[in-house]
This record gives sequence, structure tokens and C-alpha cells, in this order.
Amino acid sequence: MSGHASDHPAPAILAEVNPVAIPRRVLVENNRSFKWITDKICGIVEGKTPVWWWWCFGLAGIIASFTIAGLTYLVTTGVGVWGHANPVNWAWDIVNFVFWIGIGHAGTLISAILCLLRQKWRTSINRAAEAMTIFAVVCAAIFPVFHVGRIWFAVLPGYLFPFPNSNGIWQNFRSPLEWDVFAVSTYGTVSVLFWYIGLIPDLGTMRDRFTAAGNFLKARIYGFFAMGWRGSNRQWSNYEMAYLILAGISTPLVLSVHTIVSFDFAVSLIPGWHTTIFPPYFVAGAIFSGFGMVMTLMLPLRAVYRLEDLITQYHIDCMCKITLATGTMVGYAYSMEFFIAWYGANPYEGFAFINRAFGHYAWAYWIMIGCNVITPQFFWFKSVRENTALVWILSIFVNVGMWFERFVIIVTSLARDFLPSSWGYYSPSIVEIFTFFGTFGVFSFLFLLFIRFVPIMPMSEVKAVIPAADPHGAKH
Amino acid sequence: MNKNYGIIAAFDTVPSLYHACEQVRDAGYSQWDAITSFPIHGLDYAMGVRRSKVPRFSLAGGITGFCTGMSFIAWLGWVEYPLVVGGKPMFSPMFAFPVSYELTILFTAFATIGGMFFLNKLPMHYHPVMKAPQFVRASDDRFYIVIEANDPKFNATATRDLLAKAGGKDIVELEE
Repeated sequence: MSGHASDHPAPAILAEVNPVAIPRRVLVENNRSFKWITDKICGIVEGKTPVWWWWCFGLAGIIASFTIAGLTYLVTTGVGVWGHANPVNWAWDIVNFVFWIGIGHAGTLISAILCLLRQKWRTSINRAAEAMTIFAVVCAAIFPVFHVGRIWFAVLPGYLFPFPNSNGIWQNFRSPLEWDVFAVSTYGTVSVLFWYIGLIPDLGTMRDRFTAAGNFLKARIYGFFAMGWRGSNRQWSNYEMAYLILAGISTPLVLSVHTIVSFDFAVSLIPGWHTTIFPPYFVAGAIFSGFGMVMTLMLPLRAVYRLEDLITQYHIDCMCKITLATGTMVGYAYSMEFFIAWYGANPYEGFAFINRAFGHYAWAYWIMIGCNVITPQFFWFKSVRENTALVWILSIFVNVGMWFERFVIIVTSLARDFLPSSWGYYSPSIVEIFTFFGTFGVFSFLFLLFIRFVPIMPMSEVKAVIPAADPHGAKH
Repeated sequence: MNKNYGIIAAFDTVPSLYHACEQVRDAGYSQWDAITSFPIHGLDYAMGVRRSKVPRFSLAGGITGFCTGMSFIAWLGWVEYPLVVGGKPMFSPMFAFPVSYELTILFTAFATIGGMFFLNKLPMHYHPVMKAPQFVRASDDRFYIVIEANDPKFNATATRDLLAKAGGKDIVELEE
């Protein structure tokens, strides 16, 4: 993704030091041509809608209706239908919000951070991962928007967005919750923009193919969104620069978003929340959970559409290794929290952690440890990484574990706070369970629409990483 | 009405396009372009295209965003509704920073994309190049060079010969 005029000629120093050529793994197997890549990826959109797609779409719609039912009941009745009560006034909504927003982070990691690090294996998975980000942000946004109850007040008079209330008082900009509104809405907006910019050249390809096939309605629709892209190199020059800058600003953005999400807890005084390890710990956890979801989505997609030449074993290896690395960081954070709770010699902090592991919510804690600390360790083994079905199952465990992580952090700390007289036990109400269960349907519904109507891989980027794209005919 | 727009030539491989671009550049043309389905590494150099000006838009957007965040929160605290919360100052750049930081990124993103569209003159749903025969392959697997008739060095026969000598195929003239 580099490319301006000045960097092209090889620096003279290279002739002197004569660096050893590092053999690189091929990113597209079987020496596929440009034409094959176009036909393969466009063929998914152009072909007849598969029967399985309709079944999945219907199922996703039914599951999504649980969210709609839950939210309708909430709005028409009141927030009391959720199971929150003293001392746990804040649980299911924030757990699910953090869970979904964390999932989105892997998409941005793949599209932005790996772009800056020139990890070219990102090309074949970045489009789908970014789509996952956007849909995860949609699911995440449901919870903070609806937890205000009367959702029409989320904007005016501004329970969330900055507008004064009826007494003329504005939001408290000293509060991390208000920072969160800005962080998440910026994140959602920039993710959509980044995704759309990446789509433009491919939409141009779709337009040209539909024009050639004589389907002028579809050519018009894709052409409208392609903005008249024609692949001119003078356009590519600006496009690549814009893409690089978007990657450059998305990187601090994604790190800031989960940092601010962690501030929601870390800035408070509740034992178990008030810790400085939260920002890096939350970011690592977010990327860990996001890669879990990327694998959960991509491995079936690869099998159904026979994409083994484009999402190779090397890609799966890379994803497994990132999951392993971030999962191990999360495991380290768990143990470091315990160490600091003891070393800090604060009895409330110490109690909070003993209570997490051995108190009333110990079951949730040990599910979390099992899924997040033990599961990724299997990825050390090549035989595991090469067993696609097993990788997929392990990725599900990662998703489950990361949901429980948020549950453990939020609920255990609130249920056992400073005063034993106020202690309680939180269980979700059926409305909460329905609402959360349905978000998986919302997410799948959107993702199925995506794979049906949008090229699921950036053709223009995949083509650029095959050997035939080298202007000097070099054999990599 | 059918004014001549220019001449387009097709190339089958990336290296042949790359070397043809070098020849067109060295022949001194300025109003010309290469059409490729993906960004080719180093083609800007082969064409003599200068570094993109998109970063200027990005910088302007970023500065605007940061100042918007800081000044908005300062205005709220000092002017619009001064309210002491927790004994803290009415305004401090510390607590205003996260929001300003997010707005910096938000405005940079819009400015970058707006700048890219502006510099690329998009959206432009009609362009003579799109009328070329086999243009469908331009966004698939073939590569093109188009030299515009309004280039000062343009000469219908000499330009055609240059493209043919550089290895161009299916050379045709385009109408406006």
C-alpha cells in the first residue's frame, strides 16, 4: 500500500549490504490469474442465490426478531423489564455492548494495523472482517441507545448526544460515558467510510461486468456506488494515499475506542474496576475476541464457496497465531490483576478478586479462564491449526469466553461492593436474554446480506499480491 | 460533435504496461493515464506522477476536528452553562482531550475521503475511456494506456506509433 514516486528506485545501500532474500509464502495458491480472481469473487454475487443462503437468512431473521420483541417490550413498558436492581444497576446492556464492540476491533486491526505493518495476508480477509466490524458496532450500539429507555431522548434532549436538557444543562464532558459516545460513533462512522473506500474499485468491476452482461439495472446500482471509478493510475495514486491515511488514523482510533470503553470502569472507584491495567488489557481482549469471530465467520465461508486458494492454510495459521498471542496477553492480565490485588494490600480489592474466583460467580469465572486462557494454547500446535473444523470449534470457545470475561468483570464487582448490607445477586430477566440472543440474528442477517450483494474480498488488493502483479516480472 | 478524445492501447501484462509507461513518460507526454484494475507498485514512478496531495486535506481536517472539540467544550464550560462538577475546573484540556481526539480522527477521515474525491474528480459517471471496446477488461485483467488529444505533443499518427512500438495492442481512437 505504499507508492509515491520518490520511493521507487532501490536505495544504493542495498547493493552494498546485499540482503538475503527471505522466501515468502504465496498468498494465492495454485498460481491463479487475475481473471480467475475476478470471476471467482464476482461469481459469488452474480450467481443464483444458493438454497442454504435462504435457509440461513430466514433463520437469522427469526432470531433477530427476538431483539425486536425485547426492545419493543422495553420501550413500551420501561427499563424495569431488565433485571437490574441494587447493587447491580448496570450489567446486561454494558456486558453486551463491550462484547460486540470488542468483536469489531479485529476487523479494524486487520484492515488498518496489518496494512501499516504491510502484512499482505490481510488482503483476502479484510473486506469481510471490516463488514463484521460494522455489523458488530450496530449490535453494540443497540444496548447504550436502548438502555436510556425512552430512546427518543437519546438525541434530544441528549441522554447521549450533546444537546442540552430542558434545564439547559449539557452532558458532563468529564465523564468517560460521554467520551464513549464520541468514541463509538466515530468508530462506527470511520469504519463505514474505510470499508466503502475499499469497495469502490470492486464496485466498478461489478458495474463493468453487469454492463457487459446486459443487466443495466444492476450496472446502474453498482455504478452509482462506484462513483464512476475507472482505475486510472492518477486516481490510484490519490486513492492509495487516502487509504494509507485512513489506515493510519484508524489505528489510534481502534486503540482509543477500547481504551475509552475500559475507562467506563477504570475511572470509577469500584474494587476490581479501578485499575490502570484496563486499557491495554481491554484492547488485547477485544482483538482476541474479534479474531475468534473472524475465524467463526471465515472458515465456513471458505468451505462453502471453495475459497481455499484465496484463504490459504497460511492465512489460518496467521489468524491462529494472533489469537494465541492476544489470548496469552489476556491470560497474563488476569494473573497480573490478581497479583496487584494482593500486592496493593487494599482489602476491598483483594476481596473482589478472591470473590471472582471463589464466590457466587465462580462458575462464570472458570468458564472465562477455560475459554480464554486454555483454549488459545491449543494453537501452539501445527496439527491443531491445520484441522479447520477444530480451529472453528476453538474459535467459538473464544467468543463464549470473552462474553463471560465482560460478565465477570462487571457483575462480580457490582454484586459485592463495599457494604455487605447492599450485596446482591444478579440474574438476567427473560427480556434481557431475548434481546441479547437476537443480536446474533441481527448480526447474521446483515452479514448474509453482505456476502450476497457485495464482493466479499477486495479483488483489487488480492490481485496486487500475486506474482503477476510485479512490474518487473520478478518471481517471488 | 464527435470530438477526438485520445488514443487507447491495451497491454496484457504488468511488466509490458510498466515499460510502456516509461516510454510514454520519456516521450514527454503530460495528458495521459494508465488504466489498471489494481494499484501497481512503482507505476507512479514509471509515469512520473507526483506524490498525492491528499495529506494536505487530511491535516486540515485533523486540525479542524481537534479545535472543534476543544473550543466546543471550553465554550460549554465557560460561556454557555458554567457548572461546577465535583469541584473541578470549568474547563481543562485534560478532560476535553478524549472527545477532541475522536473528533480529530472523525474530521480527518472525512477530509481525507473528500480530498480524494475532489482530486480524483469523483463522482464522474461518464468518461470517454469507459466507451472503449473491451473496457470491461480494464477492471478485470487487462491494462490500458490512454493519451489525450489535448496533450501538446499529441499527434494522431506519431502517438499511435509510439504506443504500438511500446507493445500496445488493439489501439483505437476514442471519441469525446
